[in-house]
Amino acid sequence: MNSVESILKKHPRAGRDALIPILQEVQENQGFISREAVVRVSKHLNLPATKIYGVATFYNQFRFQSKGKYHLMVCRGTACHVKGSGRVLEMAQKALKLKPGQTSRDRLFSLEVVACMGACGLSPVVNVNGEFHAKVTPQKLAKIIQECREMESKNGH
Amino acid sequence: MIELRVDGQTIEAKEGETILSALKREGIHVPTLCHMDGLTPTGACRLCVVELEGAPNFVPACSFPVAPGMKIQTRTPKVLDARRTIVELLLSNHPDDCLYCARSGKCDLQELSQSLGIRQRLYRGKRNIKEKDMSSPSLVRDPEKCILCGRCVRVCEEIQGVGAIDFVGRGCKAFIGTAFDQGLNVSSCINCGQCIIACPTGAIVERSYIDEVVAALSDPKKLVVVQHAPAVSVTLAEEFGMEPGQDVDGKMVAALRRIGFKRVFDTSFTADLTIMEEASELAQRIQTGGVLPMFTSCSPGWIKFIETFYPDFIPNLSTCKSPQQMMGAIIKSYFAKRESIDPSQIVSVSIMPCTAKKFECNRPEMAPNHIQDVDYVLTTRELGQLLRMFGVDLPSMSPQSADTPFGERSSAGKIFGASGGVMEAAVRTASYLLTCQELPKLELQPLRGMKGSKEIKAKLGDLEVGAAVISGLGNARKILEEIRNGRKDLQFIEVMTCPGGCINGGGQPIGADKEAARNRMQALYKIDQSEKLRVSHQNQGVKRLYEEFLGKPLGETSHRLLHTRYSHRDVL
Repeated sequence: MNSVESILKKHPRAGRDALIPILQEVQENQGFISREAVVRVSKHLNLPATKIYGVATFYNQFRFQSKGKYHLMVCRGTACHVKGSGRVLEMAQKALKLKPGQTSRDRLFSLEVVACMGACGLSPVVNVNGEFHAKVTPQKLAKIIQECREMESKNGH
Repeated sequence: MIELRVDGQTIEAKEGETILSALKREGIHVPTLCHMDGLTPTGACRLCVVELEGAPNFVPACSFPVAPGMKIQTRTPKVLDARRTIVELLLSNHPDDCLYCARSGKCDLQELSQSLGIRQRLYRGKRNIKEKDMSSPSLVRDPEKCILCGRCVRVCEEIQGVGAIDFVGRGCKAFIGTAFDQGLNVSSCINCGQCIIACPTGAIVERSYIDEVVAALSDPKKLVVVQHAPAVSVTLAEEFGMEPGQDVDGKMVAALRRIGFKRVFDTSFTADLTIMEEASELAQRIQTGGVLPMFTSCSPGWIKFIETFYPDFIPNLSTCKSPQQMMGAIIKSYFAKRESIDPSQIVSVSIMPCTAKKFECNRPEMAPNHIQDVDYVLTTRELGQLLRMFGVDLPSMSPQSADTPFGERSSAGKIFGASGGVMEAAVRTASYLLTCQELPKLELQPLRGMKGSKEIKAKLGDLEVGAAVISGLGNARKILEEIRNGRKDLQFIEVMTCPGGCINGGGQPIGADKEAARNRMQALYKIDQSEKLRVSHQNQGVKRLYEEFLGKPLGETSHRLLHTRYSHRDVL
């Protein structure tokens, strides 16, 4: 929790208007917004924890579970939508048994939906750990996920 | 004053007010849904839209300020059509289950859809599905009936200073939830139920224990007894269509007997007992240098509030149990012994204006030897339901009086139901205990009324005591902060969780405005005005209880049965 403390130290006497910058710093530092962080920030800003959770869930950028080893970002922007990213996301949810914002129990995969990654010419786009995959179909995505799994079991043995 | 033209008429308005408040004063009705008097307007539902000449779109009357010379139309076909569409869209995401809904007949959405003449489901879309939250012993939330007006959120945050619920998520996936979408039982909810009163639909209702009570009533092996709180007799009439502010005490006692309760006791009796204990505790704290100011402990929402948000003030809380729990404790000890019956065979039911009482009776420290002192709590609304279920017509009952040994009460115990009542009763008795003389004038006018924060300097013999009366926990926060910051002139503080006290509690009949709450309060003071026994220390039943059983206030038996302890609650 020391890192949250040091973030809060940078915002002495902060009011509710500082909430979003603080949450962004916490997420950048820890990768996600933990319960402990919400409680600590709520004490610092004198805001109900529920309010903080409400604000944080309003924005796509905040997540409440740590990222998995393989972090999949599925673009649901307009261009990707037109090119069928809805079915790609469906496939991702089915294959990983995850909903957007969740991380698998083995911490291997996490899934996130984003609005646009600025690569509309390659749509539909999926980003795995910063690497772009272009013109992704459900079948192609299944293969990508399979490759991640294979890499894992190879490394494991 | 400025002038507006509304539907061709000229009306006057005050500078700075909203269109809605000007229209209301003139008796021009504009439907609202998310609006609540006295709270920040949000303009979320847009039902109050009106046409404003020169404006490109409709404007929401609830949040749009008046300006000189405005020309407003409130009922053109375009406006009516817009309002109808809004309600139709709300209904498209609402379960069609009015027949089974606890709020049927008292639902704003239902009323709007009727008054706007909606006769079919026009929009059929995918409905949001989300499970009910049944985790709380007091409240049940059904998100599918929620229309996201945010009234519960504003009451919880702005009036009660709690903020247990808020909007979670965004857009069509938004819902009202707690931090991390957990159950209410593990949230910072204090169970007060003001959200039920605020909710325009059936999305929040009390957790009902009617089935359990009906089962107990038909069990020949059980002795089912009931107590009723001071504020219930002046509001129950509303459940049967009568005007707010009528006292139906005797009729209610008769009705309770009719449906099978073997004994009917009056919680005002233990309110008198509470005064004996609490006044003695206050005197002891003042004389021995105990922790001051002392806070009253009758209101279970307030207790949970302190335990959750201000644990450092726990030593300031009176250790007295609430009147409900005192009654529960003496029923299963003194009364059980007197009737030679095992406490486990008694089912103790209480009728309360309160949803937090349902939580209170479940507290582990209120169940010696794992036998709960009070088994089930029904709200005023549930009692109305129970009576209708049993076909008992309250208005036509002939009045009866409550049972011995806990039926006698002073009117000081009765006014517990209004904010300021506990303080008034306590001052009457404390003054007598210290001077052995009755106060020349029993009424303490400055402590009466609906104001959320009232203060006096009370003269108790030679002693001058700074006393404050608070209702609505948002107001309590203010005074707690003042005390934290070093305020020292207060010795005794009464706090009621709900604005105006129990007469406006979370378990009371739906649909009461400020005027109705005032009438309920007046009904209690009328009783106080018209009765002879007006001080707790002259209650012969209480005196007898001390002689035969308890000994003296703060004595060993009292300490064991009538006092309790509190602990810090660590929740999100």
